[in-house]
Amino acid sequence: MQQTEVFEGKLTTRSRMRKFGVLLTGPGILWLLVFLLIPTVFLMVLAFAQRGSYGSIDWHFSLLNLKRLLGFSSFGWSPDNLLILWRSVKIAAFTTVLCIFFGLPMAFWIANHGKSMRAFLFALIMVPSCTNLVIRTAAWMILLGPDMFPASIARFLGLIAEGESLYPGSFAVYVGMVSSMLPFAVLPLYTSVERLDWGIVEAARDLYAGPVRTFYHGILSQMMPGIVASVILTLVPSFGMYVISDLLGGSKYMLIGNLIQQQFGSASDWPFGAMLGVVLILTSVISLVIFQRVGGKNFV
Amino acid sequence: MNPLPSSNQNFDLDIRNVHKSFGKKVVLDGINVFIKDGEFVTLLGPSGCGKTTLLRIIAGFEKADAGEIVLSGKVISDRSPSKRPINTVFQSYALFPHLNIFNNIAFGLKSHKVPKDEIERRVNKMMEIVNITDLAKEMPATLSGGQRQRVALARALVNEPDILLLDEPLSALDANLRKKLQVELRELQKKTDTTFILVTHDQDEAIAVSDRILVMYKGQIIQDGSPEDIYEHPVNRFVATFIGEANILECERVSEKLAKTNFGNLVLEKDPTWEKGGIAIRMEDIHVCTPNESFAENVYPAKILERIFRGDYWELIAELPGVGACESLKLRVMTDPDEIYNPGDQVNLYIDPQYLQVLSD
Repeated sequence: MQQTEVFEGKLTTRSRMRKFGVLLTGPGILWLLVFLLIPTVFLMVLAFAQRGSYGSIDWHFSLLNLKRLLGFSSFGWSPDNLLILWRSVKIAAFTTVLCIFFGLPMAFWIANHGKSMRAFLFALIMVPSCTNLVIRTAAWMILLGPDMFPASIARFLGLIAEGESLYPGSFAVYVGMVSSMLPFAVLPLYTSVERLDWGIVEAARDLYAGPVRTFYHGILSQMMPGIVASVILTLVPSFGMYVISDLLGGSKYMLIGNLIQQQFGSASDWPFGAMLGVVLILTSVISLVIFQRVGGKNFV
Repeated sequence: MNPLPSSNQNFDLDIRNVHKSFGKKVVLDGINVFIKDGEFVTLLGPSGCGKTTLLRIIAGFEKADAGEIVLSGKVISDRSPSKRPINTVFQSYALFPHLNIFNNIAFGLKSHKVPKDEIERRVNKMMEIVNITDLAKEMPATLSGGQRQRVALARALVNEPDILLLDEPLSALDANLRKKLQVELRELQKKTDTTFILVTHDQDEAIAVSDRILVMYKGQIIQDGSPEDIYEHPVNRFVATFIGEANILECERVSEKLAKTNFGNLVLEKDPTWEKGGIAIRMEDIHVCTPNESFAENVYPAKILERIFRGDYWELIAELPGVGACESLKLRVMTDPDEIYNPGDQVNLYIDPQYLQVLSD
């Protein structure tokens, strides 16, 4: 039997809906094709070209950029690029973990409020994201400076020495990263908190589970799709982030994002920048796949 | 706490003077019940009567404002749900969506760190009892409602709890399956020899499965008895109309064992305690007289207004004319399928005094 549905008051068939659907998604697909797929392919091709004189592109393909990325040059081997890549992975991963860690209680806390209060709290979370990233980050530069109260408190607690400040350095980078990523982590978490079936939590307690077992099987198991979404929304952008590390990390604090920016900017070495970009994309994809396999195996 | 309770113990449940309010709303208003080991007890009442709250207090998900729960002589009111030898079958089943059926059923045993081979043995045996042996590797999402129901039962019973609580366990199933599972529930209770406490708003279900029914209304237990007892001797208007359907006659006491109604005097077996009140009569207890039958008392002329075919019986709406200035009264009467009465027929109705149930209000 042919399946029929009512669409806009008219009886329509599945196949007609499908045809109509192609028509509607067409522009979107075209957009992605022109502005995402083609540039990505171009980037991949460019990654194997060479820098010509004065920043021009020499379309002579080789694996030279990959070798450079791994640290091999005419001066011998240096670990700098690999260290930058490792540091970027580490920072993105820790930022993500911290965002989930802070985001989970926030999501529960917001879901515990009445409807209008929830909207207000969401507005509070989203407002900082409406300001410019550079301005927000510059604000942290001032706040974390040597004369401000966070530094005084840290000094009082003996965490930093006299005359030192919290900025620049990795602590400042983490503060900047987590504060700008947290809203994106909280939203999917909140959605899954709202959908929680508390009966399953009660079932775990009813079946003699202690607090940890109850949290794992009762709450975490149900929230896993939300956590996966949260991780993707946090991990991918923080891996490519360069503004925050540039402003809060100090001159020696490089992430892969900064390195790429440098190649397309002052170094005028587009092919090497493209190779770094390809590696960034691949690393993101691989880490997401690993995460899905390991973390999401039992759930998704 | 012990998943393997010793068999010579008595798991009597004593609910003592339990009170519970949510804000200003009083949900439970002094509940006192003693439930014997091995009983199948049903908490029956309309939504909002407090039956689910009482169940949740027994399970430990809610804390009573006052009163205590005593199991096998020990007060358990302050224990968390995970420390009570009581398991629950939830209304929505609440199966763990990320665990397969075997692991769902094994959950309680794993919490107690029961040895692996024993878990295997007990889970398999339980799956046999509830007839789901072929589902061990399935995920809950792929199961039908009836299958989920069985998994939920197995998951609770595999722990051999002292008491099994069931929160409207059949409400999500269709009528045929519900009837079938009612029988299975009853058999399962006998087989496992466990105290079952069931919450339902479905009076047919309560009557079909229980040894004992506690009728709850507005936070109180208003009647406590066997299904037969509650059906035949409802204490008040609420019970009379909630369990089965009954005609309620508004009466005034005239003299000892004699009451006055709109359509004449009623001879009673028991003397009412009130001056004005209600008397209930089930529709199957009103007899339509054949022309050559005669009774000394309680015979009233009536006109048939309507007849409704109910499959195994006819339901008649009969109008009894009022005496003097009184309004006439409509009664529901039940007759056998082969006794045909048509609208407009004049008949005599006989009401046997032994079936007249004097209500308290």
